Amino acid sequence: MFENYDELNEMQIDMLREIGNIGAGNAATALATILDEKVDMSVPSVRITGFDEAVANLGGAETMTVAVLVNFSGDAHGMIMFLLNVEDAKSIMDILVGEDDGEEGLSEMKISGIKEIGNILASSYVNAISALTGLTIEVSVPYVAIDMVGALMSVPIIEFGAIGDKLMFIEENFLGETNDLKSNMIMFAEINTLKTIMQKLGLEI
Amino acid sequence: MSQAIVIGISDYKLAKGPEVLVTYALGSCVGVCLYDKVTKLGGLSHIMLPDSTNFSNKDINRKKFADTAIVDLVDEMKRAGCGNNRIVAKIAGGAQMFEVQPGSKLGAIGERNILCVKQVLSQLRIPILAEDTGLNFGRTQYFDLATGVMKIQSLNRRIEEF
Repeated sequence: MFENYDELNEMQIDMLREIGNIGAGNAATALATILDEKVDMSVPSVRITGFDEAVANLGGAETMTVAVLVNFSGDAHGMIMFLLNVEDAKSIMDILVGEDDGEEGLSEMKISGIKEIGNILASSYVNAISALTGLTIEVSVPYVAIDMVGALMSVPIIEFGAIGDKLMFIEENFLGETNDLKSNMIMFAEINTLKTIMQKLGLEI
Repeated sequence: MSQAIVIGISDYKLAKGPEVLVTYALGSCVGVCLYDKVTKLGGLSHIMLPDSTNFSNKDINRKKFADTAIVDLVDEMKRAGCGNNRIVAKIAGGAQMFEVQPGSKLGAIGERNILCVKQVLSQLRIPILAEDTGLNFGRTQYFDLATGVMKIQSLNRRIEEF
């Protein structure tokens, strides 16, 4: 029985990777529909890392990043973050609106559009897990912020790093084929939620 | 000036002027600079959570929590020769990175970190000479041990010195 993220064994990690695959697969389909272009998805990585390493893997602590954060609760507790750089966020909104407004940075309208996209993707992710496991999972309203990625990541790090010195997250990269848009989706879950999901899927823990 | 000494999340380091300490991208975490200007000894602690007492049954990382990290750093400074009444503090961070609904525990953690840091410093009778805390943006915190100046860098503000 694991109490810390770094005690997960290979079989459990494989199962988490599969969950990421199913969740993010659903989210990628949603993103492809929104953008009306083909979206490729990486093989999900299950990362069990120290706090600083988690931030370093996202391009370095001070990298300016747009983040949409969604909390989930109910039978499963966790967080999903949708991350992308400002340029890609702007391009996505230009595609949706059908024109480049020529503005520097992101207008309020575009930020709110990105927030809604993050919301749709996170909900698709969670719905897939919910359908797979039969768990009832509620999704919060989405929150958006643009800042240093390290500062944004402090929120899940504080939430899921209280016990132990390792963080566990399942990470996916989405790549929009036509416009070379990159984005990143990260799912964090509480230890007890991991246990619940594994039990539901019949894995001995 | 040599390269700054980097302090990671849930860590602290002690050094002496003219070294510079830095911790990158504080969000809801709080960075606590402690300094003795006579010896030019100082430390920077990147605190993640307020209170270790809820976790006392586990092996905790004492550098993670305000109530343990600050006490330990002050002890180390005193053992290194800092005068009892000379240590002063400058603090930064504790932001609310996402504008969440009122009452959500997500929003409150930065504020709780700041409060707890202040309580611990007050119990140790360490005065807070400057602070740049709260609000909704990330901060990189530099601490120059030659001068005791804390420098705060953010994405959309000018660099500020405290």
